Amino acid sequence: MLLDYETLKVIWWLLVGVLLVGFAVMDGHDMGVGALLPFVGKDDIERRVVINTVGPHWDGNQVWFITGGGAIFAAWPLVYATAFSGFYWAMLIVLWALFFRPVGFDYRSKIEHPTWRSVWDWGLFVGGFIPPVIFGVAFGNLLQGVPFYFDSYLVPIYTGSFWALLNPFALLAGVVSSAMIILHGGAYLAHRTEGVIQERTIRYARIAAIVTIVSFVLAGLWLQGIDGYRITGGAEPSALPNPVAKTVVQEAGAWMANYGSCPSLWLLPLLGIAGAAGAFVLLAQRKTLLAFVSSALALVGIIGTAGASMFPFIMPSSSVPSASLTVWDSVSSHRTLCIMLWATLIFMPLIIFYTSWAYRVMRGKVTAAYVRENDHAAY
Amino acid sequence: MTADPTLVDLSRLQFAATAMYHFLFVPLTLGMVWMLVIMESVYLLTGKVVWKDMTRFWGKLFGINFALGVTTGITLEFQFGTNWAYYSHYVGDIFGAPLAIEGLMAFFLESTMIGLFFFGWDRLSRTQHWLVTFLMAVGTNLSALWILIANGWMQNPVGSEFSFETMRMEMTSFWDVVFNHDAQAKFVHTVSAGYTTGAMFVLSISSWYLLRGRDVEFARRSFAVAAAFGLASVLSVIVLGDESGYTVVEAQKSKLAAMEAMWETKPAPAGLTLLAVINEEEQKNDWELEIPWVMGIIGTRSLTKEIPGIHDIKNTNRERIRSGIKAVTALEALRRDQKDAAAKQVFEQHKADLGFGLLLKKYTQDVAQATPDMIERAVHDTVPRVAPLFWGFRFMVGLGFAMLFLFGWAFVSAVKNGVAHHPWLLRAALWMLPAPWIACELGWFVAEYGRQPWTIFQVLPTHLSVSALSVESLYGSLAGFIGFYTVLLVVEMFLMVKFARLGPASLATGRYEGEAAPQTAHAHH
Ligand code: HDD
Ligand code: HEM
Ligand code: HEM
Repeated sequence: MLLDYETLKVIWWLLVGVLLVGFAVMDGHDMGVGALLPFVGKDDIERRVVINTVGPHWDGNQVWFITGGGAIFAAWPLVYATAFSGFYWAMLIVLWALFFRPVGFDYRSKIEHPTWRSVWDWGLFVGGFIPPVIFGVAFGNLLQGVPFYFDSYLVPIYTGSFWALLNPFALLAGVVSSAMIILHGGAYLAHRTEGVIQERTIRYARIAAIVTIVSFVLAGLWLQGIDGYRITGGAEPSALPNPVAKTVVQEAGAWMANYGSCPSLWLLPLLGIAGAAGAFVLLAQRKTLLAFVSSALALVGIIGTAGASMFPFIMPSSSVPSASLTVWDSVSSHRTLCIMLWATLIFMPLIIFYTSWAYRVMRGKVTAAYVRENDHAAY
Repeated sequence: MTADPTLVDLSRLQFAATAMYHFLFVPLTLGMVWMLVIMESVYLLTGKVVWKDMTRFWGKLFGINFALGVTTGITLEFQFGTNWAYYSHYVGDIFGAPLAIEGLMAFFLESTMIGLFFFGWDRLSRTQHWLVTFLMAVGTNLSALWILIANGWMQNPVGSEFSFETMRMEMTSFWDVVFNHDAQAKFVHTVSAGYTTGAMFVLSISSWYLLRGRDVEFARRSFAVAAAFGLASVLSVIVLGDESGYTVVEAQKSKLAAMEAMWETKPAPAGLTLLAVINEEEQKNDWELEIPWVMGIIGTRSLTKEIPGIHDIKNTNRERIRSGIKAVTALEALRRDQKDAAAKQVFEQHKADLGFGLLLKKYTQDVAQATPDMIERAVHDTVPRVAPLFWGFRFMVGLGFAMLFLFGWAFVSAVKNGVAHHPWLLRAALWMLPAPWIACELGWFVAEYGRQPWTIFQVLPTHLSVSALSVESLYGSLAGFIGFYTVLLVVEMFLMVKFARLGPASLATGRYEGEAAPQTAHAHH
């Protein structure tokens, strides 16, 4: 392909963003459903209704997460290495929380005992609630920078502790992330259910919409007081990646610089707020499908805001700023980026095609009657 | 740079434990999915409902297994980053690509289709549902293909080159990585092992029904499918296992020598050591039973090529370590000043042995100052311990032949349609249930432990590959995995046994024994 290295680096930044948003929109909605499960389903049949709205899809959706991991490995190997080993315990908690999902979905209804079922219900809650919180906290830390450096062989060495990740700004980011996922899951669930479950869901989802907007705006204001990072030299976009060749300073307002040079980026935070507000209104009008689309747009806006503020940084280092990982110097070779771009261009349309087909086949409301009729086949 | 040896050992242990655990579920998925396709194909062609019930019942057990396959796979996908950070940086340019393509091409497909497989029976036409099952099978097998391309590259790192500017391996040819002979041999051997596992599972459980005279029509058909599929698969495992052996000889002489306990180079064509008493201390066999010629013919496909023994391999490696010292020294100079022309020249000359130089990092930070004693220790490291490989390999092969015998017997018996008359066959099939799992785990052990001391063969030593974590973190995470996985295994086995015991009655169709439904009340004979 004729694309030069610099262009490919930017394309991959966008593609990782697309995968993250894809993950939030697809896996996010079934995680949101999991987080709402114990609260909107009051008895066993109701809970089975809730679970079966995502029963046929959660596994395919989860692959957005897996592929996101794989794509970061392939396109940004240094980020994969530094972030996942640095955030070791956070990562393990995400993985362990996710363990509850496959078994929770598949095993829960295979045995009738009430304790068995309620244990798995809470397992599904953990699997749906914890990961978005931790991803939010992780983003909150990325925005502040985390302490790490490279030795002369480029071994990434993280010097912070797990507890330091739980600082106030990061926790606020965790609230944003959690609320937006619950809103999104709620919008989906409202679309696929009816009656009392739908009513309860809409109530919770609208609360989540408000929390999303308030916490997102707060985090935005808070961000003004946080030192961002700025490259002052040595980072040649088309050069071979070398994460220790540049110089970086930490300064107030640096995260706002991109909005200054490209004001249309303001559309992203606006979309985040408008999407959540739109879902709030549309849910009240029972326009559930549109509410789902609207909450999906909120996810695009909110995740896009985080990315756009930091560009070209991916993982700034607070202890040795010049070791920060950026779009220019954490990437794979030109050849690998090219091959991966081809692979994505070929397979992404296919994935979208058969995923939409699967949702079409399974469309319609899930009801208590459906669960009773399919007692032995449904989850 | 030099990692704590305990940290390295614990990271290895954690990877080994989680990967081997994942591979308890993988082979059953790989094999059963094709049997579901076969059963559903018969249903599609004949319309006989018993075949649909077979697909659904075995599909239920398949689903219980699949859930844990997914759970444990997620761990592995991220473990390269969490625990093998330097590895991820050093080879991510090559290794990451097949992993990401696996997600795009395979995981999405299998995971989307499995949802429709379970939930789509009433919403899809018969042909559409069959297509879903078929695509699910294709997905699982593509996933095996891509992960084994990644793993094959670790065994034989083709299509790539070290770059001192970026301090990592970079891809030079994607197609060399994809068509790596090792990867292809691994793929066919490993998926065939999976097919064998799936066949054994169905054969064993069907035998149990037949022994009890339960659901005979259902069980007899399942038995026949499993016997035929199993015989083909186990033949393929054995024939293609020979292919794996051949690629090992080509690319990994140290592994082969250890697998065969070959201390000395033998004149061509070498004999095959069937059994031996291995003396690791003195680096020799105290006793051995040898079949002349066989090893030479299997390993080199010729009568004249020599296969080197451990002592000769170590002599070669000693030279490569000495050359590697120069490569490391030059590289360090280049890292200080990329324009150092003299260093660059030395580096280019010794680059092929860089990995061997890095082996010394286990013993000293400053490789240029390595003592002769350190060099000897590094030389000793280049060949893995012999006894575990020698016996691991022999048990795998032995189980392969035992299963060949069993499937052969079962197939003949199924063709003659006398299944129910051979209680000994049925009992043998029941008792052999664990055999394919044991063989698979041994196979992985041989392949992975035999690669030591490298994660990327002759490129990146294992002790450099780890993340800079604390030993306490590793103890903690290892304990967490062991705890979690033990509970999950107990739950899974409990459900598996429960549903296997319930049998097709668990479908609640009213057509099978042990159901309360009124229309079957008279069916108890
Ligand atoms: C030879 C086959 C094979 C091997 C060596 C591995 N796997 Fe695997 N994996 C599969 C064959 C498979 C499968 C057949 O596709 C699974 C197993 C059972 C299942 O449910 O799907 C699966 C599931 C599975 C999943 C969940 C996918 C989903 O949600 O559908 C992930 C993320 C991985 N694996 C990742 C890995 C990694 C990173 C491995 C390397 C260390 C690995 N697997 C070894
Ligand atoms: C699922 C099947 C697999 C099993 C059962 C398995 C088994 C093992 C074992 C036993 C070890 C420990 C070896 C030792 O330290 O002595 C190991 C290490 C390792 N394996 Fe595998 N493996 C599997 C698949 C893979 C695949 C597909 C890859 C790569 C794609 C891989 C990459 C590694 C790595 C990075 C290590 C750690 C470094 C090392 O000790 O060499 N494994 N594996
Ligand atoms: C009967 C003759 C057999 C032969 C000659 C044979 C040969 C081999 C060899 C040489 C390897 C190592 C490949 C490497 O290091 O890269 C291997 C690995 C392996 N074997 Fe076998 N094998 C046999 C039977 C079996 C059976 C019966 C099973 C299971 C049902 C099995 C499952 C595996 C697995 C899962 C691996 C690891 C993956 C791989 O490296 O391909 N093998 N085998």
